[in-house]
Amino acid sequence: MTLRARHKTGLVFFPAFDWAISPNHPEREERLLYTRDQVQEEGLLDIEGIEELRADMVTAADVQRVHFCVPDLWHVMTESHFISAGGAKALAMAMAEKRVERGFALVRPPGHHAMRVVHGARGFCNVNNEAIMIEYLRAAYGIERVAIVDTDCHHGDGTQDIYWHDPDTLFISLHQDGRTLYPGSGFPQEMGGPNAVGTTLNIPLPPHTSEEGFLYTIEEVVQPILAEFRPQLVVNSAGQDNHYADPITNMDFSAQGYARLIELLQPDISVLEGGYSIEDALPYVNAGIILAMAGIDYSHVTEPDYDPAKHRQSADITGWVHKVGDTVREIWARREALQEKARGNDRFQRRQRSIFYDTDGISETQQETVRVCDDCAGALRIESTARPGRRILAVHIPRRACAACRRTARQWYDTAETDRFDMVLLQDRPTDRFEVRGP
Amino acid sequence: MIIGLDVGGTHTDVVLLNQDGLVEALKVPTDTDDLFHSVLQALEKITAHVDAAGVSRLVLSTTLTTNAIVQDTIAPAGMIVSSGPGLDPDFFRTGQHYYPVPGSIDHRGRERKPVEAAAVEAAARRMTADGIRQVGVVGKFSVRNPGHEIAIRRQLGDRFERIFAGHRLSGRLNFPRRIATTFLNAAVYPLHRDFFQAVRKSLEKRGLAVPIDILKADGGTMNFNASIDSPCETILSGPAASVAGALAADPGPDQCLVLDVGGTTTDMAVLVEAAPLLSPAGGRIGPHKTLVRALYTRSIAVGGDSEVRVAEGRPAIGPRRRGSAMAFGGPAPTPTDALVVLGHMQAGDRQRAREGIAEVAARLNLPVDQAAERIFDRACSAILAAADEMVAAINCRPVHTIHAFKEGLQVNPGRMLVMGGPASLFAPRLQALSGRPCRVVPRPEVANAIGAALARTTCEVTLVVDTEQGLATAPEENFSRRVTGAYSLEEARRDALELLEKKALKRGARPEDLELEVVEEEVFNMVRGFSTTGRNIRVRVQVKPGVIGSLKGDL
Ligand SMILES: [Zn+2]
Ligand SMILES: [Zn+2]
Repeated sequence: MTLRARHKTGLVFFPAFDWAISPNHPEREERLLYTRDQVQEEGLLDIEGIEELRADMVTAADVQRVHFCVPDLWHVMTESHFISAGGAKALAMAMAEKRVERGFALVRPPGHHAMRVVHGARGFCNVNNEAIMIEYLRAAYGIERVAIVDTDCHHGDGTQDIYWHDPDTLFISLHQDGRTLYPGSGFPQEMGGPNAVGTTLNIPLPPHTSEEGFLYTIEEVVQPILAEFRPQLVVNSAGQDNHYADPITNMDFSAQGYARLIELLQPDISVLEGGYSIEDALPYVNAGIILAMAGIDYSHVTEPDYDPAKHRQSADITGWVHKVGDTVREIWARREALQEKARGNDRFQRRQRSIFYDTDGISETQQETVRVCDDCAGALRIESTARPGRRILAVHIPRRACAACRRTARQWYDTAETDRFDMVLLQDRPTDRFEVRGP
Repeated sequence: MIIGLDVGGTHTDVVLLNQDGLVEALKVPTDTDDLFHSVLQALEKITAHVDAAGVSRLVLSTTLTTNAIVQDTIAPAGMIVSSGPGLDPDFFRTGQHYYPVPGSIDHRGRERKPVEAAAVEAAARRMTADGIRQVGVVGKFSVRNPGHEIAIRRQLGDRFERIFAGHRLSGRLNFPRRIATTFLNAAVYPLHRDFFQAVRKSLEKRGLAVPIDILKADGGTMNFNASIDSPCETILSGPAASVAGALAADPGPDQCLVLDVGGTTTDMAVLVEAAPLLSPAGGRIGPHKTLVRALYTRSIAVGGDSEVRVAEGRPAIGPRRRGSAMAFGGPAPTPTDALVVLGHMQAGDRQRAREGIAEVAARLNLPVDQAAERIFDRACSAILAAADEMVAAINCRPVHTIHAFKEGLQVNPGRMLVMGGPASLFAPRLQALSGRPCRVVPRPEVANAIGAALARTTCEVTLVVDTEQGLATAPEENFSRRVTGAYSLEEARRDALELLEKKALKRGARPEDLELEVVEEEVFNMVRGFSTTGRNIRVRVQVKPGVIGSLKGDL
């Protein structure tokens, strides 16, 4: 028996052993300690075809391609955030340059609750590691179609927000039903903005969904949709809090299940999100994911107390899971008609939202306007007020904006009444520039 | 007086040192089929005219275990392995006599599944029937809790001549490497034991009852008794002797690159503040990745006797060595021949060297002298390129804390120290090509033997504390004690250093050479629910590799 990776796999491990939100917080120094012990003891980094890569820091431009940080990057990011996002980026570069075939960024802090506008931390997240990585790949390597499958137990509301209007990015989130868990969103009816209906798909699963339910959803719902969407890159937001031992959620998933999920999904890049059963789940889940990514037999990777019989889901749950799957498949199938309907005769569409930053105790209200457009993701303007905090106008010109949307967005930015806002900001993606107008 | 002896591939070098420095140095040819004979011959020659009573220390650096492992002439050894969840232990099979048994210990050292005594018994019977005499016993996470390895060893009793337990060989995590290391120790044990007993006996017969120290892969030494318990630490002695030689040449407080230019290969290592960089996971020998403390070295197949070929219109050096240089009767042109042609080297048959280089020159379409220059440049630049690659690899090593990311050591050696036979000929060209000062160590042709003679006794200790479980353990040292929740990092450091000092003295260190240092330390608050339930502390300490004096005196 020879031990060799079937797929050359890069591993960026940045456990940030000297960073915590606060000493007793789930997101603390100790979180990946036992994972590192397990990875070291298993000798995974000695395996031919598995290579540990050094994390790097992201640049300000990398972050500003995705986020409007208020008042600026340095106020909402610590060094650890720069390195965590940089870990995902280092892996993406290695993959784009074909030094590795695929990879797993085991980094903290996590990022999938971070939205386009950032006033502070919510759901333990400040900036979105996956989005920063993806937009870097698009800017530097010309990748267009990307699918993100978020398998964290919490709805990936930050990633959803960032890609809400982008028809080139398929965002699928599997999570515990929002009626039973933070952040309370992620229902099938949330299916993307008027220019991108159906490229946001939410699959809320009932509490105590186990291997059967997750793997059914991946095989019967996610995989067929991915096959139709034909992404150039599949990113997995690899949260590990669906595990039966997780202290802050109510699911019944296992290390074997996670490894099998990766084997089915075959993501190009996985990025760690949540997962807080640091002793009983993470060491085994991470070992399983690494082996599954590399294409090595993971059948002996199980939690010491694992008993599949104890974590079998009820018939009720199976029924519920199937029903949600049917709903989502139907949304996907009817996405064009649904888009027509969502647009009506509007030239612009507005939505009003309140966003709560639980980690930092900030309340934000947003008024978002998007130009309905057949030719691009649409010019986007966001008026955002944070309490405590600032009032800003953020204007976004999408990557492949049409001339009309560029003009509209430019006009919004240039004619903004600066006395109404503390800051007026512009993401000009076609020129890859970030601009600020002072008061 | 101290005797240092280094067995190399072609020569065995031996030196005699006293307070004033080098008294005598000589070489005998190495008989690879009978290293014992070469060692004795060298020792006899060097002690022919000295008073045996004046010799206080003998340090041997031999390729005995290295050769046996690389040539796969090691003894069969049995392995009993308990793994628990993770990779299938069959991936790490060491050979025919390999027995995985049920049993599991987790990352915090808690037993999750007891060892199955019946499976151990069955394995023991089979191994006994197969005539196995040495056995290795390895458990996953045995460095967190050696209970299973101890229980298996106890069950095997005295049915085997020697049992090696993984947790006693290294305090580091890495189950596959622990298996490989334990297996190699068991497998080289009979060879090592016989060799050193024979050396000791024949020295005693000659009235030389001196303590024998043995050079290890990390550039330090251990005494004979310690080596019986971990013979595998004697692997990779060649580069270790070079680095000790560089240290003996007083390398200064900055960073420097050590190059040992030999006949077949050039070995390179990095010194930082007068200490060599060690390989982060452990030494590698042949196909085996081990936990043996070893230097971070790189070896390329470019040396004075490497065969020179022409590839794609350019001279190519190595990787083969087909014999000595043509100037010394060899069959193929070599960089040494180029040096003879250029007049840098006076020895050797100049005519033969010219003939050899002329062949290459014809294929390069160059005059002979110019071809010789090209060959020499090519050899030097290949060495420099490999050194740059090694430094780059060191600098892109991953880090796991913000602190290390920002403050982590960046290596950029500003100087070179060169040794080995052709050192003085290569140094000026290496300096010219790299733009970095390049110094030749004193007596470069026997610098490794000098290094062996002066190497310090080294070792390391890893202490792991889990105050939630109330335990501080260093299984490597057979150490475990109860601690309270108040146990601090300072106490952990103190306990670790105390264990280290005891270990070093037992392994032959002189009290005045104990330069102890903390190489790694981590403290984590353990939080369960929303309150702190304990502290998890890991401390690794070592005797800094170094020398017990420099060549200029001070012995
Ligand atoms: Zn989560
Ligand atoms: Zn447009």
